[in-house]
Amino acid sequence: MDLFFQLTLAGLAIGSIYSCIALAVVMIYQATDHFNFAQGEMAMFSTFIAWTLLGIGLPVWVAAVLAVAASFVAGIVIERTIIKPVENAPVLNQIVVFIALLMILNNVAGWIWEFTIKPFPSLFPEDLGFHSDLVSPHNLGVIALTLLVLLGIFLFFRFTRVGLAMRAAAANPDSARLVGVSVGWMLALGWGLAAAIGAVGGILVAPIVYLDPNMMSGVLLYGFAGALLGGVSSPSGAVLGGLIVGVLENWVGQYVPGGSELKLTFALILIIGVLMFKPNGIFGLTVIKRV
Amino acid sequence: MALLEVKGLKAYYRQVQALHGVDFSLDEGGITTILGANGAGKTTTLRAICRMVRTEGEIRFDGQDLTGMATEKVVQLGIAHVPEGRGTFVRQSVEENLQLGAYTRSNKAEIHADIERVYEYFPRLRERQKQQAGTLSGGEQQMLAIGRALMLRPRLMLLDEPSFGLAPLIVQEIYEIMKRIRGQEGTSMLLVEQNANIALNLADHAYLLETGEVVMSGESHVIRDDENVRKSYLGY
Repeated sequence: MDLFFQLTLAGLAIGSIYSCIALAVVMIYQATDHFNFAQGEMAMFSTFIAWTLLGIGLPVWVAAVLAVAASFVAGIVIERTIIKPVENAPVLNQIVVFIALLMILNNVAGWIWEFTIKPFPSLFPEDLGFHSDLVSPHNLGVIALTLLVLLGIFLFFRFTRVGLAMRAAAANPDSARLVGVSVGWMLALGWGLAAAIGAVGGILVAPIVYLDPNMMSGVLLYGFAGALLGGVSSPSGAVLGGLIVGVLENWVGQYVPGGSELKLTFALILIIGVLMFKPNGIFGLTVIKRV
Repeated sequence: MALLEVKGLKAYYRQVQALHGVDFSLDEGGITTILGANGAGKTTTLRAICRMVRTEGEIRFDGQDLTGMATEKVVQLGIAHVPEGRGTFVRQSVEENLQLGAYTRSNKAEIHADIERVYEYFPRLRERQKQQAGTLSGGEQQMLAIGRALMLRPRLMLLDEPSFGLAPLIVQEIYEIMKRIRGQEGTSMLLVEQNANIALNLADHAYLLETGEVVMSGESHVIRDDENVRKSYLGY
C-alpha cells in the first residue's frame, strides 16, 4: 500500500507541474483559440536563464524569482513583436509561427548553453525537519509551491480589476473595448502570465528531468493531455487535468505490464481519446445562452 | 456648441461603402434618434463614433476630434456604447458585467454606489446579481447592457436598437427607464431604432437614414405628426 501512496504523491507532484503548463496553454487558448506549441520551449528557456543566474552565484530562490520575472516580460515582448502582427492571419500561418518559435527557442538554447544534460538544484532543502518514506522533500515542495502559485492566479483572475478585464477581453473582445479595456494589452499580459507560470513549471521539473534544451518535450505533451482532459475552456479544469494525468502516468508506469516504456504513449492515447470522445474535456464548460 | 458634431461621415467595410457623407449633431442633454430600415447604416454610424469601422469625415465630441482614436480612448472621454446584440459578457456574473462598465474609473466607493443606483433603475438585475449573465432573458440582458453603460457615468450614451427582439411590454418598460435616466442623470443619448414610433416619443430630434444618407431630419414631434413622412419612410 505504501507503494501506491508513493506513486500517487509523486504523481501529484509531477502532475502539478503539468498543471502549470496546461494552465499556461489554456490561458492563451482562451484568448486566441490557439495552442501555443512553444509554451514548453519558453519554459525551458526560462529555466536556462535561472541556471545562468545560479552560475553567477545567486541563491537558487533569487535566481528562480528573477527568471520568472524575466519570463513575464519576455512573454509580453513575444506577444507584441511576434504574435500581434499575425493575430488576424489564417490559422495555419499562426500554427507555423508557434512551431517556428518552438524550434528557434530550442536551437538558440542549444547554441547558447549546448545540448549536454545539466543537473539543476531543487528549490527545496533536502532536510525539511522531518522524514517521510512516502514523498521526497522536492516533490512535497513542488506540490505546495504550485498550489500556492495556482491559488494566487485564481485570486488574481477572480478578484482584481485587471483579472476581470483579462477575462472579459478573452471572452468578448468587442464588448471589452466598449467598456474601455485595451484588449491588445490584456492579450500581451496573458502571454506574460502564461510565460511566468510556464517558467515555474520548468524550474520545478528541471531537478527531476535534468536541464537540457529538449527537457520540456515530454512535459509539454503531458501538459497538453492535461489541458484537453480537463477541458480547454476551463482553467481550473486544466489544472485538475494536469494533476490527473500526473497520477495516471505513474499508475500506468507501475501497474500496467510494460507500462514504464509506454508512459508517453499513454499521454498520446489520452489526447486522442479525449479528442474523439469528449472534445470539451471533463470539466469543459458549456456556455448557457438564451436569446 | 453641440456635444457631438458629425460632418461628411463616410464609412467602409473593406471595399463596401456603408455611409455616404452623413451630417448630424446632438446637443448636450438631448436625445437624438437615427431611424431607418435594415441596412440603412444606423449601426455603422454608432460604430463609426466608437472607432470600430474605417471612416472618412469629421466626428467631434465636445470639440475633440475622435477620428484616429482607439475605441478604448473614445470610451474614456465618456461615450458609452450599448451595442447591437447587447454585448453581454455571458460567462461573467451580472455584477461583474457592471464592474466592467466602470473599468475606466478607479474610486471603489463611487463604483459601488453606482452599482446600487443601477439596481434601483433595474430591480430585476439586483435579484440576479450573482447569476451568470448569459442565463438572463433578452430583456434582462438589455437592461444589463444599459446598466453597464451607465457605470461609465457617460456624457453620451449610444444605444443600438434597445427594443430589438423584445416583447412590447418589456420595450415599454425599458424606454420608461431610459426616460428616467435622462431626467435624473442628464445623460445625452444617441438612439438608433427600427421601432420609429417608440423612439420618436422619447427623442427630441430625429434623423432618417436611407442607404447611408440622411434623407430627412427635424424635431421628433414634427416628423411623428407628418403623415407623408410616416407613410413613406417609417411604414406605419
